[in-house]
Parts: sequence; structure tokens; C-alpha cells
Amino acid sequence: MTDLTHLERLEAESIHILREVVAEAERPVMLYSVGKDSAVMLHLARKAFYPAPPPFPLLHVDTTWKFQAMYELRDRAARAAGMELLVHRNPEAEARGINPFDHGALHTDLWKTEGLKQALDKYGFDVAFGGARRDEEKARAKERVFSFRSASHRWDPKNQRPELWHLYNAKKAKGESIRVFPISNWTELDIWQYIQIEKIPIVPLYFAAPRPTVERDGMILMVDDDRFPLRDGEVPVERSIRFRTLGCYPLTGAVESEAADLGAVIQEMLLTTTSERQGRAIDKDEGGAGMEKKKQEGYF
Amino acid sequence: MTDPSYTPDALIGQDIAAYLDGHRRKTLLRFITCGSVDDGKSTLIGRLLYDSKMIFEDQLAALQADSKRVGTQGGEIDFALLVDGLAAEREQGITIDVAYRFFATEKRKFIVADTPGHEQYTRNMVTGASTADLAVILIDARKGVLTQTRRHSYLAQLVGIRHIVLAVNKMDLVGYDRATFDAIVADYRAFAASIGIEAFVAIPISGFKGDNVAGRSAAMGWYDGPTLMEHLETVEVDQTAAQARPFEMPVQWVNRPDLDFRGFAGLIATGSVAPGDAVRVLPSGRTSTVARIVTLDGDLNRAVAGQSVTLTLADEIDCSRGDVVAAAGDPPPVADQFEATIVWMADEALLPGRAYWLKLGTQTVSATVQPPKYVINVNTLEHLAAKTLDLNAIGVATLATDRPIVFRPYAEDRELGGFILIDKLTNATVGAGMLHFALRRAQNVHWQPTDIDRAHHASLKNQRPAVLWLTGLSGAGKSTIANLVEKKLARMNRHTFLLDGDNVRHGLNRDLGFTDADRVENIRRVGEVAKLMTDAGLIVVTAFISPFRAEREMVRAMMAPGEFVEVHIDTPLAEAEARDVKGLYAKARAGQLKNFTGIDSPYEAPVDPEIRIDTTAMTAEAAAEAIVVYLIG
Repeated sequence: MTDLTHLERLEAESIHILREVVAEAERPVMLYSVGKDSAVMLHLARKAFYPAPPPFPLLHVDTTWKFQAMYELRDRAARAAGMELLVHRNPEAEARGINPFDHGALHTDLWKTEGLKQALDKYGFDVAFGGARRDEEKARAKERVFSFRSASHRWDPKNQRPELWHLYNAKKAKGESIRVFPISNWTELDIWQYIQIEKIPIVPLYFAAPRPTVERDGMILMVDDDRFPLRDGEVPVERSIRFRTLGCYPLTGAVESEAADLGAVIQEMLLTTTSERQGRAIDKDEGGAGMEKKKQEGYF
Repeated sequence: MTDPSYTPDALIGQDIAAYLDGHRRKTLLRFITCGSVDDGKSTLIGRLLYDSKMIFEDQLAALQADSKRVGTQGGEIDFALLVDGLAAEREQGITIDVAYRFFATEKRKFIVADTPGHEQYTRNMVTGASTADLAVILIDARKGVLTQTRRHSYLAQLVGIRHIVLAVNKMDLVGYDRATFDAIVADYRAFAASIGIEAFVAIPISGFKGDNVAGRSAAMGWYDGPTLMEHLETVEVDQTAAQARPFEMPVQWVNRPDLDFRGFAGLIATGSVAPGDAVRVLPSGRTSTVARIVTLDGDLNRAVAGQSVTLTLADEIDCSRGDVVAAAGDPPPVADQFEATIVWMADEALLPGRAYWLKLGTQTVSATVQPPKYVINVNTLEHLAAKTLDLNAIGVATLATDRPIVFRPYAEDRELGGFILIDKLTNATVGAGMLHFALRRAQNVHWQPTDIDRAHHASLKNQRPAVLWLTGLSGAGKSTIANLVEKKLARMNRHTFLLDGDNVRHGLNRDLGFTDADRVENIRRVGEVAKLMTDAGLIVVTAFISPFRAEREMVRAMMAPGEFVEVHIDTPLAEAEARDVKGLYAKARAGQLKNFTGIDSPYEAPVDPEIRIDTTAMTAEAAAEAIVVYLIG
């Protein structure tokens, strides 16, 4: 008798999901955002298909506004996994110079939501893996592991396919697609602990270090490159900071911290008293229904 | 009430490495909460999250604001708002889907499925229960055992949940009265025994006030059993049972990175496996031994149920997705006809005889379900006669698959006994089922090979067999055109036979009416007859309304590739109705004829037929000529 731990059961479940997709989809792809959840998902994919490399490409829907350190890890991780890396930037957003400083919500909508739809259509991917977790947000708690999308990428939360046992229905009509979330049942602590046990490389920004920052609208922002427009009187200040989540650097708030290794980061996370997505501006729009609405429109 | 703010385990601050080491050894318990609307399920889950310190300051602040704005607890914290996720639900104040929540205590990690109490959402409860180790059945202490309590208990039992907790909630609203609690437990015990629930644990709680959830209730000193949290932390998880069974692993994917490596990847359903073990691949029955258990972290000496692995075998034997690698000495059976309990999950009722996709383990096959032997009234547990299964109906029926599948009775193994049914046109998951046993007739009736085969029959007649399948509305001209086609072919010395809808209903199908289910069976029988005729080498011409795409596709699938020619006799409804040769449209419009295609029963036009005949632009003679030219060239 071997008692499997909760992490062993989660790992086995995720690998099973990854393999089901590869067995049933015509053209799967893995959405890779370079964050810690993506890092775990990629690692699970390497385990699922070893000794073969994962038989699908990685897709990064880029906004051009990610942290420099994210771009560096992205290219390295794809090489290490032996996988093709596709990078898509919405040409319209690029042409119009859409940025988080001047365009607010339009930035997320054009670069991420529209960019993702464009990329999926361009390459004809019928299934896309995403690293979302059910513990992140209320709308995600109710989403299926295999989340069906109409030909126009819409999610219909009232018409989801029942998921029983380990049986996933991957059937779909031409033009329709499925978003699959292999780490649906992982929590933030699971992710961190797995990264520690499996020694998975993550972006150094998750660890505290002295970095140039400004404080704006109650958030500590990192001045990651010279595109950061300083307001009158703003002078970047060096603070020891780290990030709990990573996105576009002008939209991602840092926390002041001295936690420079995994043990310390996990310790700080467990001792902290605010939820994980505090640092991200996206969920606060439109009351509690912000994420649900975005998901219906095609946001991952 | 407990301290509202998040207070972490002291060990985290003192020795994080020790804390993490302890945390990683925790086991996992998956459970569901179920009860009637307003029994307080969401409130209880919110309370469990809150008491296990999973609610952060910012969430608490948002919760307090929401409670004032839309809460139902008069400004006090409304825990239900924590878990009622979707916007529509917040407005209605009910939970309408399955939501998964996560929390951990010092002893264990939990995944809880919040499943709805609304009557029309039985399918969600079955969904949540299918992966659960334990079910918490909630009862409102003021109301006692309700119809839906019985329904949920029956479903939990049906899905095979062994651990049942009866949580008698809202004890604060009955003055924490012991007699009330005892009466409810006695009432429930009588019912539970009648459906085969042997044991359950009853706990008096208040999700709203927190009594006996995590902390002991000061108001209920008369109760000396465990709190709900204590019970969840200590109840035994059933990994031992699955591991003690014979080894079985459905193959998900064959891993072939190069010519030297051929691995079989899958999640071990039952038992354990080690290199050197003798295994049998089913359904083929070929045997080999396990060579390696391959993982990224190096080969394993042993793997157990619940682990995802990649196996290599010592011999090069056929094995692909859908096959099951099993212990050579005790392999699972293979069959193609079964009795099963089916839970119907779609608005559109089951059509007996229609072909659905059946997915079981990693096998996907075509399957048809017979009319149910009975459906179960989950309120009274009576067996009732029924011709079909409607949304949320639970029935026992026999089903047949188009090829043999590897299975275990559900009571022995959920992984090889549970299946879903998928509609072939909409791709929706329409049903879920549990196999009970294979029917003996499947095991005893074998296909008898004949020496004069279908190719021989066809060559004697010097022709290629085919089915010209004419479909269209009543009065479209199918019979007229079919008759002309057959006359032309006869003049060319072709051996033909015309199956006409009306004629068949005088004999072979005289027992069938015009309901959707009967129409499906009508076409299935005609398909089988047409298939026998093509085996005999004939060119078969059929004239049936055959209104449903699924059945036309079913008949197409029965025939050899290329032998089925779908001919759409395309006449607009107004035109057919204006002709009304048999006077049927007039009767249907007058309400004297029910289920008439085009009037009160749908016609699903072919999307991509081999031939389309527009009768408004073409005479019957020209149409027949076009069909013959297509066939003969």
C-alpha cells in the first residue's frame, strides 16, 4: 500500500489531462505566459510525454510590455523543453502603439484578448492549454477543465459540458475550440511547493532584490525600461521588492520584501493576509463580475 | 465566532522547511456538499474556508461590503457570497453550477465540489459526486428530510460514494434542540437503510454561526461526536481498495519519439505494476511482460493506482489508444452488450436506437441504447415504465456498442465502469452511465462467416451494390422518383429492390408509430434490411422521409464506404403542402395528425448530400435520370 500525497495525485491528474488532449486534438498548443503557473504546466508537459518532447508548440501572446526578465526565461525554457516557440503580437495594437500608460483597459483587450483570438485563428489551433487555477478567482472556480469555446471564442458559463470521473469530451465542430486547464485543481501553495520539490526554473522577479521603483495609485511599480513615463516629481527609488504575479510591468504591483529564496517566498505568502491577485489591476473592473465578463468575451 | 482575520500556523514563521515537509505529506480528500435550495450549502462552504483561514483580509473586506449590498443576512457576513461565483447566480441568490473550492488544515487538503440543490440540476450533482470520496448531505433543521434530501442521498449512493455525512444545519434556528436533531436522524436512518446506505455520520451544525463546523458548539453540549472538520480530517480515504485490485491501465497515448522506443502512457486505474510483471493487452488478449516504467525522473521500480506512467513491454505487440494493459492472470472482461444505469443530462430526450458516442476509459465507440426497462422515481424510489429518458431522468437500460469494449462493473471499478454518452451532431455530453454487467447474449452469439461472401454475390449479378437513399418531406416526390429510378435500372438489367416507407410500415414496422423514438427505430430496421440486401449484391432504392440527420448518418455508417448515396428530394414545405397528394398536410394542419414532419415534427435537411434534386426546377423523369447517371456513370 502506497499512500499518494496530494501533490502526487494532482500531478497524475494533470499529466492525464495533457495526454488526453494530445490523443484527441488535431492541433493543440500551450499558452505560455512565462509566469510560475506556466512554468509548472510546461514542466508537467515534459513529464507527460517523456522521453519525447511535448508534441505541440508553445504560444506566447506578447504585449511588448512584459518584464525583460520574462522574455529571457521564455526563450530559455522553450529551448530546454525542445519545443517550438511561437510569439504573437497583435499587429493592430502594435501599429496603434497601444500601451498600458495611455490606453487603460484597451491595452488588455487589444493585446491579450484580441491577440489571443488572432493567434489561435492564424495557426488553426483547436485546443489551447492554459495555466489558470480554480482557486484564483470565482468565475474560474466554476469553469470546466475542458472549456468549450464557440467559433467566435465565446464562453457560455450556463452551457458547460458535465465532466465526470476522468472522462473529458473533446468533440467539437469545425471552427470551434477548447481551452484546457490542466492545473485547474492546484492551489497557489501547491504551485510553489511543486516548484521547490521539482526545482523548476522561474523568473527571478519572484524573488526579492533591490530594484528601481515608483509608487503610483497605491501600487509599487518597477521601472523595467526607459519607456516608463515618469510623472512630474517622480524619481525612481530603489526598493527591495518581489512580485507575486507577473504580467505587463506597468500593470503589475510589487510587494516590498526580503524573501530571496523559495522557502522565504512561501513563508511570506503563507504569512501574508491579502489574496494573490491584489497586485493585478484586471479583476477590479466592473465589480466582482469582471473576470467572468472578460472570459465570456474570449480572455483566457 | 472564530477570529475573522487570517492567522497562519505558528510553524510557518518558526521553521518553514519543517512546515512544508509536513504539508507535502498531507493526503487529499475530495467531497461534495449537497442539499435543497436554502439549506445553506454555500454558507457552509464559506464557513469552512473562513474557519480554515483561507479568507484573506482583502477578501473579507470585499465580503463585508458585498454582504451589506446584496447579502441576505441583514448586514452580517453572508458566507454564501464567497462561493456563489457567477453574476447571474448572485442576482438569483442561488448556486446553479458545480464550483470547486480548495482548503487545507493541519492534517489534510480538501477539494470540495459545491453542487446545486435545484431539482433541474441533478446532472451537476452527479458530476460533482463522480470524483468525490465523501458526501455532505445538508438538512435544514426546521424542515427535516425533504424530497430532495432523498434524491441527493440516492444519487450519492448510485455514484458509489461510501462515506456519507448528514449535516443537520441551522440548529441555531431551532434553539439547538436535541429532540429535533434526534428525530431528523431517526427519520433519515430509516430512509438510508432502504436505499442501501449502511452507515452515515450525523452532525448538528450551524454554518451561519459556526457551531460544530470547525469549533465545538457551546450551545450543544449534548452532542459528543466529532465536529464536521474533525470528521473530514480523519475519515479514511479509499486508496487501499483500488490498489488491492488487479493491475489495469487504459492506454491513453503511444509514445514513439524514435524507432527504438515504444511506450504506453496512461493513468493506472487499479492495482500496481512492476518491471517483470506479466500483462495482457485487451481486447486483443496478447501477452507480454513489463520491461520498464519510464519517467522524466528515472525508471520506477513500482507504480500504483492513481499514478500517470509510461510503460514499455518486452515484446513488440499491437497496443494503441483505447486498449487496456492488465494483469495477465486476471484481465477485465470484454463485451458489446450491457445493462447500465443511465443519468440523462440533456434537454433533448434520449432517442432509443440512435447512435451516440460512448466514452469509457480511453475507448470511444458508437453505441445505441434500448428503451429503458424502467426509470427510477428518485423521490419514492419506485420503478416506473418509460419509453425514453428526459433531462435528469435516471433509468436502467441495455445498450450495445458497435465493437467490443474492455470494462469492469462500476461497483468494482469507477474508471472502467463509468461512461459518458455524446451526441454525434451537437457533440454535447448528453448522458452518463454506470455499467452493471454484460449480457450473456453478447457472449454467446458469434458472427457466422459464410463462404459465399458479399463480393461473390455482387459479381454474380455483375454490379456494384449500393443504397440510393431518398430523403425529403412527405409529398416531395420520393416514391414517384424512386419508382422511376428502379424502372430505369431494371431496363439496364440491374438487380434492384425498392424499400418504400409506407409499404414497410404495413409489415416489418407495423408496430411502430410516428414519435421521434419510433422514427429512429423505423430507420434503423430499414438500414439493417438494406444492408442485408447489399450483402446479397442488390442495388437498393429507399423512399423514406427519414427526417433526422443522425439516423441517416447511422445507416451510412452501416454500409461499406461509398455504397451509401444520400439523395435529397428537395421540395419546399409550401410546395409539398400545396400538392398534398394524400391529404395528410390538411389533416396535420387540422390537428388530426400528430408528429407530422414539417408541421409539428422537424425535418433536418442533409448538409452535404451526394445528390440534391430540386423538384421545383426538374421533372420526376429528369430527376430519375440524374440519379441513374450518378450511379452508373
